[in-house]
Amino acid sequence: MESKKTRKELIVSALENGTVIDHIPSKNVFQVIKMLNLDSFDNQILFGTNLDSRRYGKKGIIKVKNKFFEKEEINKIAIVAPTATLIVIKDFEIIEKKPVEVPEVVDKFIKCINPNCITNHENVPTKFSVIDKDAMKLQCHYCEKTTSKENFIFI
Amino acid sequence: MKNRSLVSINDYSKEEYLKILDIAEEFEKNPKQKILENFVIATLFFEPSTRTRLSFESAVNQLGGKVIGFTDAASSSVKKGESLRDTIKTVANYSDLIVMRHPLEGSARFASEVSSVPIINAGDGANQHPTQCLLDLYSIRKTQGKLDNLHIAFVGDLKYGRTVHSNVIALTNFNCTFHFVSPGELKLPSAVKRHIKERNLEYYQYTDLNEVIPFVDILYMTRIQRERFSDPVEYEKVKNAYILNGNMLGNCKPNLKVLHPLPRVNEINENVDDMKEAYYFQQARNGVYVRQALMASILGIK
Ligand SMILES: [Zn+2]
Repeated sequence: MESKKTRKELIVSALENGTVIDHIPSKNVFQVIKMLNLDSFDNQILFGTNLDSRRYGKKGIIKVKNKFFEKEEINKIAIVAPTATLIVIKDFEIIEKKPVEVPEVVDKFIKCINPNCITNHENVPTKFSVIDKDAMKLQCHYCEKTTSKENFIFI
Repeated sequence: MKNRSLVSINDYSKEEYLKILDIAEEFEKNPKQKILENFVIATLFFEPSTRTRLSFESAVNQLGGKVIGFTDAASSSVKKGESLRDTIKTVANYSDLIVMRHPLEGSARFASEVSSVPIINAGDGANQHPTQCLLDLYSIRKTQGKLDNLHIAFVGDLKYGRTVHSNVIALTNFNCTFHFVSPGELKLPSAVKRHIKERNLEYYQYTDLNEVIPFVDILYMTRIQRERFSDPVEYEKVKNAYILNGNMLGNCKPNLKVLHPLPRVNEINENVDDMKEAYYFQQARNGVYVRQALMASILGIK
Protein backbone atom coordinates (compact mmCIF):
# COMPACT_ATOMS: atom_id res chain seq x y z
CA MET A 1 0.00 0.00 0.00
CA GLU A 2 2.70 2.41 1.06
CA SER A 3 4.76 2.04 -2.08
CA LYS A 4 1.68 2.45 -4.30
CA LYS A 5 0.85 5.75 -2.63
CA THR A 6 4.40 7.03 -2.99
CA ARG A 7 4.48 6.17 -6.62
CA LYS A 8 1.17 7.94 -7.23
CA GLU A 9 2.37 11.11 -5.53
CA LEU A 10 5.60 10.96 -7.44
CA ILE A 11 3.69 11.00 -10.71
CA VAL A 12 1.56 13.92 -9.63
CA SER A 13 4.45 15.99 -8.37
CA ALA A 14 6.65 15.27 -11.36
CA LEU A 15 5.14 18.05 -13.41
CA GLU A 16 7.10 21.28 -13.46
CA ASN A 17 4.88 23.13 -15.94
CA GLY A 18 1.72 21.86 -17.55
CA THR A 19 -1.79 20.67 -16.90
CA VAL A 20 -3.27 17.74 -15.00
CA ILE A 21 -6.70 16.53 -16.04
CA ASP A 22 -7.93 14.77 -12.92
CA HIS A 23 -11.12 12.85 -12.05
CA ILE A 24 -11.73 11.58 -15.58
CA PRO A 25 -14.10 8.60 -15.62
CA SER A 26 -11.62 5.71 -16.06
CA LYS A 27 -13.21 4.34 -19.20
CA ASN A 28 -13.02 7.76 -20.92
CA VAL A 29 -9.29 8.40 -20.55
CA PHE A 30 -8.42 7.09 -24.01
CA GLN A 31 -11.33 9.00 -25.49
CA VAL A 32 -9.99 12.26 -24.02
CA ILE A 33 -6.49 11.49 -25.33
CA LYS A 34 -7.80 10.84 -28.81
CA MET A 35 -10.17 13.79 -28.85
CA LEU A 36 -7.45 16.26 -27.85
CA ASN A 37 -5.06 14.63 -30.35
CA LEU A 38 -2.64 14.00 -27.49
CA ASP A 39 -1.58 10.77 -29.21
CA SER A 40 0.23 12.84 -31.83
CA PHE A 41 1.60 15.35 -29.32
CA ASP A 42 5.38 15.66 -28.84
CA ASN A 43 5.32 16.81 -25.20
CA GLN A 44 5.74 14.39 -22.32
CA ILE A 45 2.41 12.86 -21.34
CA LEU A 46 1.61 10.60 -18.41
CA PHE A 47 -1.73 8.97 -17.90
CA GLY A 48 -3.33 6.48 -15.57
CA THR A 49 -6.63 4.64 -15.40
CA ASN A 50 -8.41 2.78 -12.60
CA LEU A 51 -6.66 4.83 -9.92
CA ASP A 52 -8.32 5.01 -6.51
CA SER A 53 -10.55 8.00 -6.04
CA ARG A 54 -12.28 9.06 -2.84
CA ARG A 55 -15.05 10.71 -4.83
CA TYR A 56 -15.71 8.25 -7.67
CA GLY A 57 -14.20 4.89 -6.61
CA LYS A 58 -12.00 4.69 -9.70
CA LYS A 59 -10.70 7.53 -11.79
CA GLY A 60 -8.40 8.35 -14.64
CA ILE A 61 -5.79 11.07 -14.87
CA ILE A 62 -3.81 12.66 -17.71
CA LYS A 63 -0.84 14.96 -17.26
CA VAL A 64 0.62 16.94 -20.12
CA LYS A 65 3.92 18.75 -19.83
CA ASN A 66 4.13 22.36 -21.01
CA LYS A 67 0.53 22.40 -22.19
CA PHE A 68 -2.18 24.83 -21.11
CA PHE A 69 -5.56 24.07 -22.62
CA GLU A 70 -7.61 26.60 -24.55
CA LYS A 71 -11.32 27.18 -23.92
CA GLU A 72 -12.28 25.10 -26.95
CA GLU A 73 -10.22 22.14 -25.71
CA ILE A 74 -11.67 22.43 -22.20
CA ASN A 75 -15.17 22.32 -23.69
CA LYS A 76 -14.27 19.08 -25.43
CA ILE A 77 -13.01 17.58 -22.16
CA ALA A 78 -16.24 18.63 -20.44
CA ILE A 79 -18.36 16.78 -22.98
CA VAL A 80 -16.71 13.35 -22.48
CA ALA A 81 -15.54 13.85 -18.89
CA PRO A 82 -17.97 16.25 -17.18
CA THR A 83 -16.58 15.27 -13.74
CA ALA A 84 -13.01 16.25 -14.64
CA THR A 85 -10.93 18.81 -12.76
CA LEU A 86 -8.24 20.83 -14.48
CA ILE A 87 -5.09 21.57 -12.49
CA VAL A 88 -2.70 24.12 -13.96
CA ILE A 89 0.90 23.84 -12.71
CA LYS A 90 3.71 26.35 -13.06
CA ASP A 91 7.12 25.90 -11.36
CA PHE A 92 5.78 22.85 -9.45
CA GLU A 93 3.05 25.08 -7.96
CA ILE A 94 -0.69 24.65 -8.48
CA ILE A 95 -1.76 27.92 -10.08
CA GLU A 96 -5.36 26.98 -10.72
CA LYS A 97 -7.63 24.05 -9.89
CA LYS A 98 -11.18 24.04 -11.15
CA PRO A 99 -13.83 21.62 -12.41
CA VAL A 100 -14.59 21.74 -16.12
CA GLU A 101 -17.91 23.29 -17.08
CA VAL A 102 -20.26 21.72 -19.60
CA PRO A 103 -20.81 24.38 -22.28
CA GLU A 104 -24.23 25.47 -23.62
CA VAL A 105 -23.15 25.01 -27.22
CA VAL A 106 -20.94 22.31 -28.74
CA ASP A 107 -19.23 23.18 -32.00
CA LYS A 108 -17.55 21.21 -34.76
CA PHE A 109 -16.13 18.11 -33.07
CA ILE A 110 -19.09 15.72 -32.67
CA LYS A 111 -20.91 14.08 -35.56
CA CYS A 112 -24.71 14.30 -35.80
CA ILE A 113 -26.25 10.84 -35.44
CA ASN A 114 -28.92 11.53 -38.08
CA PRO A 115 -27.69 10.10 -41.42
CA ASN A 116 -30.16 12.38 -43.21
CA CYS A 117 -28.72 15.54 -41.61
CA ILE A 118 -27.20 18.17 -43.90
CA THR A 119 -23.99 18.12 -41.80
CA ASN A 120 -23.38 14.52 -42.92
CA HIS A 121 -23.71 15.41 -46.61
CA GLU A 122 -22.22 18.87 -47.14
CA ASN A 123 -19.20 20.62 -45.75
CA VAL A 124 -21.11 22.10 -42.82
CA PRO A 125 -19.46 22.19 -39.35
CA THR A 126 -21.76 20.60 -36.76
CA LYS A 127 -23.31 22.67 -34.00
CA PHE A 128 -25.40 21.47 -31.06
CA SER A 129 -27.06 22.95 -28.04
CA VAL A 130 -26.73 20.96 -24.83
CA ILE A 131 -30.33 20.22 -23.83
CA ASP A 132 -29.55 17.84 -20.95
CA LYS A 133 -26.24 18.27 -19.14
CA ASP A 134 -26.66 15.19 -16.92
CA ALA A 135 -27.60 12.71 -19.62
CA MET A 136 -25.41 14.67 -22.07
CA LYS A 137 -28.00 15.09 -24.80
CA LEU A 138 -27.16 17.41 -27.68
CA GLN A 139 -29.72 18.86 -30.08
CA CYS A 140 -28.49 19.46 -33.61
CA HIS A 141 -28.77 23.12 -34.66
CA TYR A 142 -29.58 21.96 -38.20
CA CYS A 143 -31.78 18.84 -38.21
CA GLU A 144 -33.03 19.31 -34.60
CA LYS A 145 -32.47 15.61 -33.78
CA THR A 146 -30.87 14.56 -30.51
CA THR A 147 -27.45 12.90 -30.25
CA SER A 148 -26.65 11.40 -26.82
CA LYS A 149 -23.32 10.45 -25.28
CA GLU A 150 -23.74 6.75 -26.16
CA ASN A 151 -23.65 7.81 -29.82
CA PHE A 152 -20.82 10.33 -29.78
CA ILE A 153 -18.51 10.05 -32.77
CA PHE A 154 -15.67 12.56 -32.81
CA ILE A 155 -14.77 14.37 -35.99
CA MET B 1 -40.50 39.72 -39.63
CA LYS B 2 -38.88 41.77 -42.36
CA ASN B 3 -35.90 39.94 -43.90
CA ARG B 4 -36.19 37.07 -41.42
CA SER B 5 -36.10 33.51 -42.68
CA LEU B 6 -38.75 31.03 -41.56
CA VAL B 7 -37.08 27.65 -41.14
CA SER B 8 -38.79 26.20 -38.09
CA ILE B 9 -42.10 27.10 -36.49
CA ASN B 10 -40.12 27.96 -33.34
CA ASP B 11 -38.33 30.79 -35.18
CA TYR B 12 -41.36 33.05 -34.75
CA SER B 13 -43.11 33.96 -31.54
CA LYS B 14 -46.80 33.39 -30.90
CA GLU B 15 -47.46 37.11 -31.54
CA GLU B 16 -45.58 36.92 -34.83
CA TYR B 17 -47.55 34.05 -36.24
CA LEU B 18 -50.82 35.53 -35.07
CA LYS B 19 -49.80 38.63 -37.03
CA ILE B 20 -49.27 36.44 -40.13
CA LEU B 21 -52.74 34.92 -39.65
CA ASP B 22 -54.26 38.42 -39.44
CA ILE B 23 -52.54 39.47 -42.66
CA ALA B 24 -53.69 36.21 -44.29
CA GLU B 25 -57.30 37.21 -43.50
CA GLU B 26 -56.77 40.40 -45.52
CA PHE B 27 -55.50 38.34 -48.45
CA GLU B 28 -58.44 35.99 -48.21
CA LYS B 29 -60.74 39.00 -48.74
CA ASN B 30 -58.57 40.31 -51.56
CA PRO B 31 -55.98 37.80 -52.85
CA LYS B 32 -55.20 39.68 -56.09
CA GLN B 33 -53.25 42.75 -55.02
CA LYS B 34 -50.36 43.72 -57.29
CA ILE B 35 -47.92 44.24 -54.45
CA LEU B 36 -45.13 41.88 -55.58
CA GLU B 37 -44.73 43.39 -59.06
CA ASN B 38 -41.14 44.38 -58.42
CA PHE B 39 -40.11 41.14 -56.76
CA VAL B 40 -38.60 37.87 -57.92
CA ILE B 41 -39.27 34.79 -55.79
CA ALA B 42 -37.14 31.67 -56.28
CA THR B 43 -38.81 28.29 -55.69
CA LEU B 44 -36.05 25.69 -55.39
CA PHE B 45 -37.50 22.20 -55.15
CA PHE B 46 -34.60 19.79 -54.65
CA GLU B 47 -37.26 17.10 -54.38
CA PRO B 48 -40.62 17.32 -56.10
CA SER B 49 -43.69 18.44 -54.16
CA THR B 50 -46.16 19.63 -56.72
CA ARG B 51 -48.84 20.63 -54.26
CA THR B 52 -46.63 22.85 -52.08
CA ARG B 53 -44.87 24.37 -55.08
CA LEU B 54 -48.12 25.24 -56.85
CA SER B 55 -49.47 26.81 -53.68
CA PHE B 56 -46.43 29.08 -53.36
CA GLU B 57 -46.38 29.90 -57.07
CA SER B 58 -50.09 30.68 -57.11
CA ALA B 59 -49.57 32.94 -54.08
CA VAL B 60 -46.80 34.86 -55.89
CA ASN B 61 -48.57 35.02 -59.24
CA GLN B 62 -51.77 36.39 -57.75
CA LEU B 63 -49.75 39.21 -56.22
CA GLY B 64 -48.06 40.03 -59.52
CA GLY B 65 -44.60 38.72 -58.59
CA LYS B 66 -42.24 36.69 -60.79
CA VAL B 67 -41.18 33.12 -60.05
CA ILE B 68 -37.89 31.47 -61.01
CA GLY B 69 -36.60 28.07 -59.94
CA PHE B 70 -36.65 24.35 -60.56
CA THR B 71 -39.12 21.59 -59.79
CA ASP B 72 -36.74 18.78 -58.87
CA ALA B 73 -33.01 18.32 -58.43
CA ALA B 74 -32.68 16.23 -61.62
CA SER B 75 -33.35 19.30 -63.77
CA SER B 76 -30.90 21.58 -61.98
CA SER B 77 -27.18 22.13 -61.53
CA VAL B 78 -27.43 20.03 -58.35
CA LYS B 79 -27.39 17.01 -60.59
CA LYS B 80 -23.95 18.09 -61.79
CA GLY B 81 -22.71 17.96 -58.21
CA GLU B 82 -23.05 21.59 -57.16
CA SER B 83 -23.14 22.04 -53.40
CA LEU B 84 -26.22 23.43 -51.67
CA ARG B 85 -24.09 26.34 -50.46
CA ASP B 86 -23.17 27.33 -54.02
CA THR B 87 -26.71 26.91 -55.37
CA ILE B 88 -28.16 29.10 -52.63
CA LYS B 89 -25.46 31.79 -52.88
CA THR B 90 -25.98 31.96 -56.64
CA VAL B 91 -29.77 32.04 -56.62
CA ALA B 92 -29.72 34.68 -53.86
CA ASN B 93 -28.15 36.99 -56.47
CA TYR B 94 -31.14 36.56 -58.73
CA SER B 95 -34.04 36.79 -56.27
CA ASP B 96 -35.53 38.66 -53.32
CA LEU B 97 -36.67 35.58 -51.43
CA ILE B 98 -35.99 31.85 -51.70
CA VAL B 99 -38.61 29.17 -51.05
CA MET B 100 -36.91 25.79 -50.80
CA ARG B 101 -37.78 22.14 -50.35
CA HIS B 102 -34.96 19.68 -49.77
CA PRO B 103 -34.77 16.00 -48.81
CA LEU B 104 -32.06 16.54 -46.15
CA GLU B 105 -32.91 17.65 -42.63
CA GLY B 106 -31.31 20.92 -41.61
CA SER B 107 -30.78 22.02 -45.23
CA ALA B 108 -33.04 25.05 -44.87
CA ARG B 109 -31.32 26.21 -41.67
CA PHE B 110 -27.96 25.93 -43.40
CA ALA B 111 -29.29 27.78 -46.46
CA SER B 112 -30.57 30.59 -44.24
CA GLU B 113 -27.02 30.99 -42.89
CA VAL B 114 -25.31 31.29 -46.28
CA SER B 115 -28.01 33.18 -48.18
CA SER B 116 -28.06 36.95 -48.57
CA VAL B 117 -31.86 36.88 -48.97
CA PRO B 118 -34.43 35.33 -46.59
CA ILE B 119 -35.35 31.64 -46.87
CA ILE B 120 -38.77 30.06 -46.41
CA ASN B 121 -38.53 26.36 -45.60
CA ALA B 122 -41.09 24.44 -47.64
CA GLY B 123 -40.02 21.14 -46.06
CA ASP B 124 -36.58 19.80 -45.07
CA GLY B 125 -36.74 16.02 -45.00
CA ALA B 126 -38.69 14.78 -42.00
CA ASN B 127 -37.86 17.88 -39.98
CA GLN B 128 -39.97 21.01 -40.51
CA HIS B 129 -42.65 22.38 -42.81
CA PRO B 130 -43.67 25.60 -41.06
CA THR B 131 -46.03 27.01 -43.70
CA GLN B 132 -48.16 23.86 -43.40
CA CYS B 133 -48.33 24.55 -39.70
CA LEU B 134 -49.33 28.18 -40.25
CA LEU B 135 -52.10 27.26 -42.67
CA ASP B 136 -53.39 24.67 -40.21
CA LEU B 137 -53.50 27.27 -37.43
CA TYR B 138 -55.28 29.61 -39.81
CA SER B 139 -57.83 26.92 -40.67
CA ILE B 140 -58.45 26.07 -37.02
CA ARG B 141 -58.88 29.71 -36.05
CA LYS B 142 -61.12 30.43 -39.02
CA THR B 143 -63.48 27.50 -38.38
CA GLN B 144 -63.57 27.81 -34.59
CA GLY B 145 -63.17 31.58 -34.21
CA LYS B 146 -60.32 31.05 -31.74
CA LEU B 147 -57.24 28.98 -30.96
CA ASP B 148 -57.76 28.73 -27.21
CA ASN B 149 -59.82 26.24 -25.22
CA LEU B 150 -60.26 23.78 -28.06
CA HIS B 151 -60.26 20.00 -28.01
CA ILE B 152 -58.09 18.87 -30.89
CA ALA B 153 -57.66 15.27 -32.07
CA PHE B 154 -54.74 14.11 -34.18
CA VAL B 155 -55.32 10.78 -35.90
CA GLY B 156 -53.04 8.31 -37.71
CA ASP B 157 -49.26 8.29 -37.86
CA LEU B 158 -48.31 10.45 -34.90
CA LYS B 159 -44.80 9.03 -34.62
CA TYR B 160 -43.34 10.05 -37.96
CA GLY B 161 -45.79 12.76 -39.02
CA ARG B 162 -43.77 15.99 -38.92
CA THR B 163 -46.94 18.00 -39.57
CA VAL B 164 -48.48 16.63 -36.40
CA HIS B 165 -45.33 17.40 -34.39
CA SER B 166 -45.09 21.05 -35.52
CA ASN B 167 -48.81 21.60 -35.06
CA VAL B 168 -48.79 20.19 -31.54
CA ILE B 169 -45.78 22.31 -30.61
CA ALA B 170 -47.34 25.47 -32.08
CA LEU B 171 -50.68 24.78 -30.39
CA THR B 172 -49.06 24.48 -26.96
CA ASN B 173 -48.94 28.30 -27.14
CA PHE B 174 -52.70 28.18 -26.73
CA ASN B 175 -54.79 26.59 -24.06
CA CYS B 176 -55.73 23.44 -26.00
CA THR B 177 -56.49 19.90 -24.92
CA PHE B 178 -54.93 17.23 -27.12
CA HIS B 179 -56.39 13.85 -28.06
CA PHE B 180 -54.01 11.49 -29.83
CA VAL B 181 -55.48 8.56 -31.76
CA SER B 182 -53.02 6.08 -33.23
CA PRO B 183 -51.97 2.44 -33.28
CA GLY B 184 -49.63 1.60 -30.41
CA GLU B 185 -46.66 1.42 -32.73
CA LEU B 186 -47.17 4.97 -34.04
CA LYS B 187 -47.74 6.96 -30.85
CA LEU B 188 -46.58 10.56 -30.47
CA PRO B 189 -42.86 10.67 -29.50
CA SER B 190 -42.05 11.68 -25.93
CA ALA B 191 -39.91 14.59 -27.20
CA VAL B 192 -43.12 16.20 -28.51
CA LYS B 193 -45.14 15.30 -25.41
CA ARG B 194 -42.50 17.11 -23.38
CA HIS B 195 -43.64 20.42 -24.94
CA ILE B 196 -47.21 19.75 -23.78
CA LYS B 197 -46.08 18.89 -20.26
CA GLU B 198 -43.90 22.02 -20.06
CA ARG B 199 -47.02 24.13 -20.59
CA ASN B 200 -49.07 22.06 -18.13
CA LEU B 201 -51.61 21.20 -20.81
CA GLU B 202 -53.60 17.97 -20.92
CA TYR B 203 -53.34 15.19 -23.45
CA TYR B 204 -55.02 11.81 -23.82
CA GLN B 205 -54.15 8.81 -25.97
CA TYR B 206 -56.54 6.44 -27.72
CA THR B 207 -56.46 3.57 -30.16
CA ASP B 208 -60.15 3.85 -31.18
CA LEU B 209 -61.09 6.75 -33.47
CA ASN B 210 -64.81 6.52 -32.59
CA GLU B 211 -64.07 7.37 -28.99
CA VAL B 212 -63.02 10.99 -29.62
CA ILE B 213 -65.53 12.01 -32.31
CA PRO B 214 -68.38 13.07 -29.95
CA PHE B 215 -66.43 15.75 -28.06
CA VAL B 216 -63.62 17.20 -30.23
CA ASP B 217 -63.69 20.48 -32.17
CA ILE B 218 -61.02 19.53 -34.71
CA LEU B 219 -60.31 16.10 -36.16
CA TYR B 220 -56.90 16.25 -37.85
CA MET B 221 -56.46 13.14 -40.00
CA THR B 222 -53.12 11.87 -41.33
CA ARG B 223 -52.04 8.95 -43.46
CA ILE B 224 -50.64 5.71 -42.10
CA GLN B 225 -47.96 4.29 -44.38
CA ARG B 226 -47.30 0.59 -44.66
CA GLU B 227 -43.51 1.08 -44.59
CA ARG B 228 -43.68 2.55 -41.07
CA PHE B 229 -44.47 -0.86 -39.62
CA SER B 230 -41.68 -3.26 -38.70
CA ASP B 231 -44.21 -6.08 -38.89
CA PRO B 232 -46.48 -6.08 -41.99
CA VAL B 233 -49.07 -8.11 -40.07
CA GLU B 234 -49.45 -5.19 -37.64
CA TYR B 235 -50.19 -2.89 -40.57
CA GLU B 236 -52.86 -5.23 -41.92
CA LYS B 237 -54.47 -5.29 -38.47
CA VAL B 238 -54.75 -1.52 -38.08
CA LYS B 239 -55.03 -0.18 -41.63
CA ASN B 240 -58.81 0.06 -41.62
CA ALA B 241 -59.17 1.25 -38.04
CA TYR B 242 -58.10 4.82 -38.82
CA ILE B 243 -60.33 5.53 -41.81
CA LEU B 244 -63.00 8.18 -41.35
CA ASN B 245 -66.36 7.35 -42.84
CA GLY B 246 -69.34 9.73 -43.10
CA ASN B 247 -71.57 7.56 -40.92
CA MET B 248 -69.10 7.91 -38.02
CA LEU B 249 -69.87 11.64 -37.72
CA GLY B 250 -73.52 11.18 -36.62
CA ASN B 251 -73.01 12.28 -33.03
CA CYS B 252 -70.24 14.86 -33.46
CA LYS B 253 -70.32 18.44 -32.16
CA PRO B 254 -71.95 20.92 -34.59
CA ASN B 255 -68.71 22.90 -34.93
CA LEU B 256 -66.49 19.89 -35.68
CA LYS B 257 -64.23 20.28 -38.70
CA VAL B 258 -62.16 17.54 -40.35
CA LEU B 259 -58.67 18.64 -41.48
CA HIS B 260 -56.04 16.79 -43.49
CA PRO B 261 -52.70 18.05 -44.89
CA LEU B 262 -53.38 16.25 -48.23
CA PRO B 263 -52.79 14.30 -50.33
CA ARG B 264 -55.06 11.68 -48.84
CA VAL B 265 -55.11 8.08 -49.92
CA ASN B 266 -58.05 6.37 -48.30
CA GLU B 267 -58.03 7.64 -44.72
CA ILE B 268 -61.04 9.85 -45.34
CA ASN B 269 -63.83 8.21 -47.31
CA GLU B 270 -65.11 10.33 -50.20
CA ASN B 271 -68.56 10.22 -48.64
CA VAL B 272 -67.27 12.76 -46.09
CA ASP B 273 -66.32 15.31 -48.80
CA ASP B 274 -69.77 16.87 -49.15
CA MET B 275 -70.55 16.96 -45.44
CA LYS B 276 -70.38 20.28 -43.59
CA GLU B 277 -67.62 18.86 -41.38
CA ALA B 278 -65.21 18.42 -44.32
CA TYR B 279 -62.74 21.29 -44.46
CA TYR B 280 -59.60 19.85 -46.08
CA PHE B 281 -59.98 21.41 -49.52
CA GLN B 282 -60.71 24.84 -48.05
CA GLN B 283 -57.70 24.21 -45.79
CA ALA B 284 -55.48 23.77 -48.87
CA ARG B 285 -56.84 27.03 -50.30
CA ASN B 286 -56.00 28.81 -47.05
CA GLY B 287 -52.39 27.83 -47.73
CA VAL B 288 -52.27 30.37 -50.55
CA TYR B 289 -53.40 33.25 -48.30
CA VAL B 290 -51.05 32.28 -45.51
CA ARG B 291 -48.10 32.05 -47.91
CA GLN B 292 -49.02 35.44 -49.39
CA ALA B 293 -49.09 36.90 -45.89
CA LEU B 294 -45.76 35.34 -44.98
CA MET B 295 -43.97 36.49 -48.13
CA ALA B 296 -45.45 40.00 -47.91
CA SER B 297 -44.31 40.40 -44.32
CA ILE B 298 -40.82 38.98 -44.92
CA LEU B 299 -40.42 41.33 -47.90
CA GLY B 300 -41.50 44.21 -45.69
CA ILE B 301 -44.65 45.06 -47.65
CA LYS B 302 -47.14 44.19 -44.90
ZN1 LIG C 1 -28.15 17.03 -37.45
